Amino acid sequence: MLSRVAERLYWMARYVERAENTARMTMAFHALALDMPKTVRLSWKGLVSVTGTDHIFDEHYQREDDRNCVKFLVADTYNPSSVFSSLRAARENVRTTRDLVPTEAWEVVNELYLFAREHLDAGISKRGRYIFLSDVVRRCQTLTGLLAGSMSHDPAYDFIRLGRNLERADMATRQIDVGAIRLLERREGPEPYEGLLWTSVLRSQSGFQMYRQHVKRRINGPDVVRFLLQDVPFPRSVAHALTQSEVALDRLPHNEIPLRVAMQARRHVLDANVDKLIATEGLHAFMDKLQLEIAGLHVAIAECWFPAAVEA
Amino acid sequence: MSIDWKTYDPSPFYDELIAAPGKPRSAARQLTDYLASLDDDEIQARKQAAELAIVEMGISFTVYSEGENIDRAWPFDIIPRVIPRKEWEQVEAGLVQRLTALNMFIDDIYNEQRIVHDKVVPAYVFANSKNFREQCKGFTPPLGVWAHICGSDLVRDGDGTIYVLEDNLRVPSGVSYMLENRQVTKRVFPELFENSSILPVDEYTTQLFDMLAAISPRPQDYPQIAVLTPGIFNSAYFEHSFLAQRMGAQLVEGADLVVEDDDCVYMRTIDGLERVDVIYRRIDDEFMDPEAFRPDSMLGVPGLMRAWRNGKVGIANAPGSGVADDKVIYTFVPAMIKYYLDQDPIIPNVPTWMCVDKQDREHVIANLEHLVVKPANESGGYGMLVGPHSTKKQRAEFAQLIRKDPRNYIAQPTLSLSVAPTLCEDGLEPRHLDLRPFVLQGVRTDVTAGGLTRVAMRKGSLVVNSSQGGGSKDTWIVDEEV
Repeated sequence: MLSRVAERLYWMARYVERAENTARMTMAFHALALDMPKTVRLSWKGLVSVTGTDHIFDEHYQREDDRNCVKFLVADTYNPSSVFSSLRAARENVRTTRDLVPTEAWEVVNELYLFAREHLDAGISKRGRYIFLSDVVRRCQTLTGLLAGSMSHDPAYDFIRLGRNLERADMATRQIDVGAIRLLERREGPEPYEGLLWTSVLRSQSGFQMYRQHVKRRINGPDVVRFLLQDVPFPRSVAHALTQSEVALDRLPHNEIPLRVAMQARRHVLDANVDKLIATEGLHAFMDKLQLEIAGLHVAIAECWFPAAVEA
Repeated sequence: MSIDWKTYDPSPFYDELIAAPGKPRSAARQLTDYLASLDDDEIQARKQAAELAIVEMGISFTVYSEGENIDRAWPFDIIPRVIPRKEWEQVEAGLVQRLTALNMFIDDIYNEQRIVHDKVVPAYVFANSKNFREQCKGFTPPLGVWAHICGSDLVRDGDGTIYVLEDNLRVPSGVSYMLENRQVTKRVFPELFENSSILPVDEYTTQLFDMLAAISPRPQDYPQIAVLTPGIFNSAYFEHSFLAQRMGAQLVEGADLVVEDDDCVYMRTIDGLERVDVIYRRIDDEFMDPEAFRPDSMLGVPGLMRAWRNGKVGIANAPGSGVADDKVIYTFVPAMIKYYLDQDPIIPNVPTWMCVDKQDREHVIANLEHLVVKPANESGGYGMLVGPHSTKKQRAEFAQLIRKDPRNYIAQPTLSLSVAPTLCEDGLEPRHLDLRPFVLQGVRTDVTAGGLTRVAMRKGSLVVNSSQGGGSKDTWIVDEEV
């Protein structure tokens, strides 16, 4: 398969995953905000921080309120990671690889993009938000399922799988780093709504129900972090995403370097002692390092299979 | 208000569906009866369903406007155009005959030039042709075929005669729209397909694949076929990707390919370099190989001509095929058919005056307001003069252009192009149309069942090009004997 095409499929998958993750996170936070009594101040800007786009937000907005933050995360085209920008980029990547993905996949991506463009205004309003975002999530998942179920699991699919899992791993580390650590650091006495806040972190990763089934303890910080970081069976944990990346990498040619980087990252994730990291306040530094490792994995993949010469 | 065929009056033009008000042609009767049974709301609902299907299926074409590329939904009219199978069989035979002669001509021109020595075609005609390629002389591609894919434009005149208006032998486009139009129509009018015998069009991509596989330099079961596109900004990119997808071929850009020292063509893949056997190129000759043609081309592959001449890669259409895609050479096609095949042409040419001939030229200049003047080498309807719709100033300009470069101009009578009922703002109205069937020549020759019908959506307009506001219709070859 062409290197150029491999790269576009990889990015297509990353963008679809990014759109889904950002939509889900916004939805979870929106639900949390409705539950919280007026006396509790929630920072919407925290969501922007999760996506690592603070600097772009600050260029365009002064007020860090609900409206601006949601508009920025969902609709703004100058935010390259907004739901809408991601969908547009995903569509552009499928448009140029239409010869390889199943026709229905193109139709789903195209419809999703058209749907988002048409309903953006309603999608950022308080009333229309939930329906819009859950629709985006559902359609992204339709695409993922459609590709899994109708595309041969060949190298083209492996690149899609790589893109999806790297994006997931990246998002999960950000959720833990920004969402969880902020909660863990506020240690002067018990938080009144701590349970709800942790639930929201889980919901951002669509992990609430699975956590309940598999952890079986009351919701508490260290367990949630452990679950999102190390629980291999949970499909949105960092460990799961890295394991899946390895499976995909293993089947690709000349894979030595990227495979080594992925295995190393996974080992670091599984070997981490979460309780100790929290107790010694080393979690943030650990997540920082892990994010660098995931970025390094992307670089290794790009250098191995997406040669710059093709960019002519 | 439903459709009343008694009030639909196409006169003075030949209508493809209706012989006279209230009298549908027999092959179209099932369609017209059915349409008359629908009320206005139902027709509008079908129209909207078609529009939605086109947007959802992402059937688009790209126009370049104000420095930006815009992806537009494909303009489509839901009322199909119907041709009886009996008539079509004649057209089909005529197209096969024509392309066979054209390929013999191209091969002759690049080799012995018998047709020139025998004074059937004068030497000056191709010596000055913009599309004659010195680099092709003394070579014969596999199977002796140069133009593997041909899209000939057919028009029907007021008396019902079908003419060939031009032959597109370089990179004819539109076939994907023919296939997609059928998909859309099947979604919109499923009932009609159940009850009548409409020939399927879907075989095209299989035939295209087989034809391409037949020119592979390595006879094998799994030839590596690549569709070479100029990229996403080309107006036909949709089609390039559509055809690659349907054939399971690689869609490549120039930068994906490289010619190595062994003269073989390779593509850059995740496995390293992989050999390409056949290239279906959708870029013009001049841009294909900066080593052989334009050195400034960013789209091409250095060394591609070398690889082709050394028999290491098949290229369709072969470089240099465009020499026959020239409106002056067009006038000699009936003579070619006689010369190479010793047959009479089955489909006539439109009578054509060649401005390079002194007598013809004076006639053309004296009668500009009645004629259509076309440059010999343009496509897409650019740079032409439609006499009856022109101003005095435009005619004066053209007279000058013709005198300056007579070889580059031909003129034809303004045909009274046929019409077909088309759904417009105020209901059904006659609109002018043409037809582009596609012919594939390899080991065998195949013609599409019908082709792409293009329709001028503006009242009275004769311009059917999608880049200039044209639309399209599904084309039905209807078998009445079933």
